[in-house]
Amino acid sequence: MADTAKSEYRGEIHSRQKELMSAWYQRLDEAARTGAPATVELMISGNCVELLEAFDAVPLYPEINALQLAIRHQSLEPILLAEELGYAADNCAYVKADIGALLKGISPAAGKLPKPSLVLCNFVGCNTYIKWFEHAAVFQGSPLYMLDVPFLRADSPSREDVTYVVRQLREVVKMLEAITGRKFDYGRFRHAVECSRRVEDAWSRIKLLAQRRPSPFDAYFDAITLMGPLYVYRASPAGVEFFDIALRELEARAARGEGVYDQEKFRVVLEGPPPYPYFRAFRDMFAKWRACPVASTYSTVGGLWEFGFRHDAEDPFEAVALHMLEHNLTNRNFLQRYAQLRRYVEDWNAHGLIIHFVKSCRLFSAGQGDMRDYFTRVLGVPTLYIESDLEDPRYFAEAQTKNRMDAFFEALEHAGAHRGLPLAVSGPAGPHANPNLKVIP
Amino acid sequence: MRSLSPRLLDIPRCVELIQDLNFAEVARWKAEHPGGKAIAYFPVYAPVEIIHACGMLPVGLNGAGDRLDIQHADARFGSFICSIIKTTLEMAITGRLDWMDGMFFSTICDSARNLCFVSKRNFPEKYWDFIHLPQNAGSPAAVDFLEQEYRRILLQLESLAGRKADDDALRGAIRLYNHNRELLRDLYALRERHPERLRTWELYSLLRAGCFLPVETHNAGLEAALAELRAGAAKPRDSIRILIEGSFCEQPPLDLIRLIEEAGCYIVDDDFILGRRWFTQDVPSEGDPIRALAESYLNRSVYSSVRHDPRHPRPRALVEKARSRRADAVLFLIAKFCEPAYFDYVLFKQAVEAAGIPHLLLEFEEKAFTFERSRTEVETFVESLLFD
Ligand code: SF4
Ligand code: SF4
Repeated sequence: MADTAKSEYRGEIHSRQKELMSAWYQRLDEAARTGAPATVELMISGNCVELLEAFDAVPLYPEINALQLAIRHQSLEPILLAEELGYAADNCAYVKADIGALLKGISPAAGKLPKPSLVLCNFVGCNTYIKWFEHAAVFQGSPLYMLDVPFLRADSPSREDVTYVVRQLREVVKMLEAITGRKFDYGRFRHAVECSRRVEDAWSRIKLLAQRRPSPFDAYFDAITLMGPLYVYRASPAGVEFFDIALRELEARAARGEGVYDQEKFRVVLEGPPPYPYFRAFRDMFAKWRACPVASTYSTVGGLWEFGFRHDAEDPFEAVALHMLEHNLTNRNFLQRYAQLRRYVEDWNAHGLIIHFVKSCRLFSAGQGDMRDYFTRVLGVPTLYIESDLEDPRYFAEAQTKNRMDAFFEALEHAGAHRGLPLAVSGPAGPHANPNLKVIP
Repeated sequence: MRSLSPRLLDIPRCVELIQDLNFAEVARWKAEHPGGKAIAYFPVYAPVEIIHACGMLPVGLNGAGDRLDIQHADARFGSFICSIIKTTLEMAITGRLDWMDGMFFSTICDSARNLCFVSKRNFPEKYWDFIHLPQNAGSPAAVDFLEQEYRRILLQLESLAGRKADDDALRGAIRLYNHNRELLRDLYALRERHPERLRTWELYSLLRAGCFLPVETHNAGLEAALAELRAGAAKPRDSIRILIEGSFCEQPPLDLIRLIEEAGCYIVDDDFILGRRWFTQDVPSEGDPIRALAESYLNRSVYSSVRHDPRHPRPRALVEKARSRRADAVLFLIAKFCEPAYFDYVLFKQAVEAAGIPHLLLEFEEKAFTFERSRTEVETFVESLLFD
């Protein structure tokens, strides 16, 4: 019988995070009531919040609103309303929850949400963004700009890709000038980009802390706590301050040898977004086995920094373009995701991979069967594949998911993974060999 | 093997071509062109002129219809994914695409994009490429970008072909495909004016057959068909005029198209095989051909659920199309799990309702072969309009 453990850690990070996020909602409420500050609806993926910061405009991320509704068990009602409008049962439920909530006037916070001054669709990978923001613009009566970011077709973007994005960013600047009535302040923009660089530094160091054993940081569930400030405040001094505190706090834990679990048993890599409507129940399934998520792809949707990319204030437009094009999960191709996951398994010394298929999201999920094939058959990494949804509570089979998780960890336990016995890996070892995995020639 | 003369591009032959999962016609072309390469493309659009100018055969793949049993692809793409993704992968896994030297995908949806890269891993010996077709048609930067994207593709194809495609070859290809599209526009116009003369399932067969034929052969066949149809006459049926929207990628089964017509509909416009009819006017065959193709993609083209164009919102474009074709109703014919079509349905529905145009939603799967429910739905709908 496996023992249960509590995974939740509550420190200054959490109280500060709460303060920041409620301050954000207050500013949105202020905008809703008074028309100022300017607000820009934006996607989290590869977001260009630096540009907004240069205009003192506040980002409005519909994904954050949607996930808040789901965590609070309030997503079903707006989803059903959206389906009455004609959205299909299998359209992305983030969109349905957001549009339904919008039309019903439901806000996940105490205050109101404003009608955005601009709906800025950073089309970074996911095609659903285009539809979502077209609809958001129509239903709110806001102007729409489609910032078209070429998908990463090769290892890195071409010069032409970068030029295309930079030219569009300059068009966005013109729009923001008109909307806010302010002249673009290049110095402020550079400052915003510099703040981002500092936040990214701290955030990356936090993620690298999870390479330690035990890991002081849960790179899936706890990462989500940090992701709100990461996207809303990244380009501001408040963000820099927050991430400095977070890093200090987690480094101190690491120095004391404290882990997410006192006796960490398993280390896993997570692929896919969480089932927000059952967030707590899902988390407990890991805690029961003292299994710590040491790395996750979901935490790189807004930006992938732990492999070294930083915004560079020397050329802020290009830095923002490169971030949108190359250094976030959603604009990278599916095989680059395999490579990212493989590196996580190897460098973060994981015992296995958990793929969470979410029906809403084809960007994440279409082809995950092939991914499983690659990890199990080609690499020999123990892999669990489970299905549910990130927003729609109707697609979570709690008992079944729990059984499968238990079976997975039991198998790992049986194989002696937690005692450091190497697990079989076939195929060539990557450059970052993981001692938990033994290569079969 | 029977060779295809223009005369033989009759409807049964077209149907045979569409249903041939051995792609005998492509194989024949390759046999006749030693060293020649066949480049497939996934819907919706691909710049076939560039492929042609490199001396290659462009092949439009639109799934496998109802003739393929899915045995392997389900394990790779799982639940909630449309059928065409799985049939395409299944064809590749079962060796039916062995003739293929490369394949293009483009910015249409997340499933198709991931399929491109999954295919690349599983069949590394072939050339797989993803074309980023711009989604910001309103920006002048989009044309410049697409021009560069096409130049990138051209370079790739040239190295695959082992030969250069000069501007004259590109212009020649543009002219051939301009003619092809002109013939198709004429056929579409003829059907719109005289739907009794040309059934849509026949037009569809003529159109889609072109996905597997050299454009020169297809042109000759279409010319002959057009001449015959112009001379012909037929008795009008008691039907309502409908417009089909939503079948731009996965294609409905031929029997379903037939059924819709038999249930009392004249289909006066549709979005089947839309990529082959992408341009509303000729692509300029003067000047820089690559620039002309890029610029035409953005500025001389149809609206589609797989592209965003702030200058022409799609809901308005649909209503305008319905009006100009004097359609009595819109039939949303959408593939199961097709995310772009279903998202667009929401705003389309509001727009046609505001314009007072009746509409019906019908979901299909390419692999389906019984349509009793669809028949009842269409018949009921037609009756409600006829006896309104
Ligand atoms: S499909 Fe996935 S990435 Fe796209 S909006 Fe929905 S949840 Fe986000
Ligand atoms: S049918 Fe729709 S969802 Fe499927 S590949 Fe085509 S566009 Fe994508």
